[in-house]
Amino acid sequence: MVTLKINEHEIKVAEGTTILDAAKKLSINIPTLCNHQDLCVAGNCRVCVVEQKGARTLVAACAMPVAEGMEINTNSLKVRNARKHIVELLLSEHRADCTKCYKNQNCELQTLANEFSFGEHIFLDLVAGRPYEIDRSSPSFFKDDSKCIRCQRCVRTCSELQHVSAIAVANKGSHQKISSFHDRPMSHVVCTNCGQCVNRCPTGALVEKTYIDQVWDAIYDPEKHVVVQTAPAVRVALGEDLGFDPGVRVTGKMVAALRQLGFDSVLDTDFTADLTIVEEGTELLTRLKKVLVEGDQKVALPMFTSCSPGWIKFIEHKFPHMLPNLSTCKSPQQMFGALAKTFYAEKRGIDPSKVVSVSIMPCTAKKFEADRPEMRSSGYKDIDYVLTTRELAVMIKQAGINFLSLEDEKYDSIMGASTGAAVIFGATGGVMEAALRTAYEIITGRPVPFTNLDIVPVRGMEGVKEATIKIEGTKADWKFLEGAELKVAIAHGLVNANKLVKAVSTGKASYHFIEIMACPGGCLGGGGQPIPTNIEIRKKRMEAIYSEDTHMAIRKSHENPEVVAIYKEFLEEPNGHKSHKLLHTHYVKRESY
Amino acid sequence: MYHTGNMVKELAEKHGRKRESLMPILQEIITKHNYLTDDAMVAVATELDISAAEVYGTASFYTFLDTKERGRNVIRVCKTITCSMKGKNDIISTLEDILKIKVGETTPDKMFTLLETNCIGWCHKAPAMLINDMPYTDLTPETVIDVVKGYMR
Repeated sequence: MVTLKINEHEIKVAEGTTILDAAKKLSINIPTLCNHQDLCVAGNCRVCVVEQKGARTLVAACAMPVAEGMEINTNSLKVRNARKHIVELLLSEHRADCTKCYKNQNCELQTLANEFSFGEHIFLDLVAGRPYEIDRSSPSFFKDDSKCIRCQRCVRTCSELQHVSAIAVANKGSHQKISSFHDRPMSHVVCTNCGQCVNRCPTGALVEKTYIDQVWDAIYDPEKHVVVQTAPAVRVALGEDLGFDPGVRVTGKMVAALRQLGFDSVLDTDFTADLTIVEEGTELLTRLKKVLVEGDQKVALPMFTSCSPGWIKFIEHKFPHMLPNLSTCKSPQQMFGALAKTFYAEKRGIDPSKVVSVSIMPCTAKKFEADRPEMRSSGYKDIDYVLTTRELAVMIKQAGINFLSLEDEKYDSIMGASTGAAVIFGATGGVMEAALRTAYEIITGRPVPFTNLDIVPVRGMEGVKEATIKIEGTKADWKFLEGAELKVAIAHGLVNANKLVKAVSTGKASYHFIEIMACPGGCLGGGGQPIPTNIEIRKKRMEAIYSEDTHMAIRKSHENPEVVAIYKEFLEEPNGHKSHKLLHTHYVKRESY
Repeated sequence: MYHTGNMVKELAEKHGRKRESLMPILQEIITKHNYLTDDAMVAVATELDISAAEVYGTASFYTFLDTKERGRNVIRVCKTITCSMKGKNDIISTLEDILKIKVGETTPDKMFTLLETNCIGWCHKAPAMLINDMPYTDLTPETVIDVVKGYMR
């Protein structure tokens, strides 16, 4: 332990603790900007400078480890002046059009400016003279270098969390910028559109491409029938942007708010999450049968899940030879889209060309996914607009809805029924758990051998998880699996996905089924979720998801009554002809830069 | 434009495939070809299992790791204060006249690229320039013509 003094308060902390963390323990707030809990220390913005007694210069609290006898002042005149100048220097290179900015009131630089640098600025505005262009090429986000302060959170995110590094620091000095390969448009590089950078950008340099106005237009158009679906992870995070603490489930309030916004039908992505499990579970069992019974060498195992569009684009860029291993199932969002303009429209007697399909997602990559040319199997664009959790919160505020006091309401039908298995799609390991609950029961006729259906080994925040399930007491059709050990693995965060896929691709590890989610923690930590998102908040959202599962009456996908009904009335059978037309897709190889 | 072929693979065998092998590999490509093509940068990224943006980011930091097409001979005239005071502008205009290109351009036959550079440490013998790795100093409009003619053969 090391003893030091911060602002005259003595404190003992473990060796290696930074001054910033030591100060936090004393409830002393030191402002930060480039620092982020999920990322390595960068120490480049200098906003956190503090005065160390005896030191020649100010030190960066985020990067400086404590030392015995250290005396720190976080609020001296020298510190205050330095911080003011640092913030003003950052502002001199930042296009501060705050009232027009999407991040207005949710911008860390703006907050600092508010605290340190009001009134006349002493430095020149360097933005006006430079030829900045906003990169609007991605369907998921904008990149506006004129607002970038080069804190490099995005660069560290893309590298450390995602192993993608679609963006890096290029050039030097006043020409330094965050750049893709050769400054190509973001739509033409390895970017997976995961939006983790968007979630961490402290300014408006990286923001989601918003479709709020288009959705309002559709709602106000009397000709249009606007359906909305909500992803599992939205209900455990939306509250954070509307006055609740992290980890509060707001499912019922969210449904009520969506109805008040004017959507014609408030439906649930969970319904198609359950459908995904039935389709994907059947696909897995078919693959196993083909390989184990028929000896078909062309069928690829392990099978990877395909719900996460960031992961899909990642594998298309980085491991195109593994594409046959991807499940052909569309994601729940896209299954929903394809059914909304076919099954739903037919059943409700609405002209599908009048249906506008909106989805609320914790994700920015879903915007890209909805724009993929493959996603038009209904004959129309299956999903018209994708809004992030954050955008929905904005709409709720715009509509003047008092979210805190809303009474809980229930989803509409049809395509609104869900199960606990669908809700846990929002957490890493959730798709695996849901799939196992169904697959095991198909094979054996009995529920999975875990207390209360909780398949604990696949849960939690560990980067790569593994589990083995022994199959015993099979039904006649599945005798070939008797005594077999089903080996599964789960990865979340593309840095972990990369490790796992490499291990599989080089033969170092072998599994039957692998779940991969692009974002840390799964969808609950998605790029479209409220800001901030960090490890503690992800844990709270995860607890909320599993508690939602526990509280559901039905907790197995194949028991969802609307799923049972849609096979009877419309789809006929899992992986059948209609399913293949509407619910399955194919993938493309992409460039490696 | 040159073909990357097996060059990058061979350089990776020689220098290793760790992150710190990046600079020696890039430098050796530059020694051979004067600039980095997109193909070469992507090939380096693939060999080292890093992203092409990281390779570009590193290359773009260093003035001498060019990522734009360059001629066989790259002329870099020092633009810093001493050389400027001692007549660097005359040197540049002479070079522009005989090569028929402007600063930043490459001759159509891809023989010469004309650039300016920051201080190359020859202030005491200003004005100075580099052609590839070779410094030429105490330049006058007359001597610079002779120097360049030496490279035209």
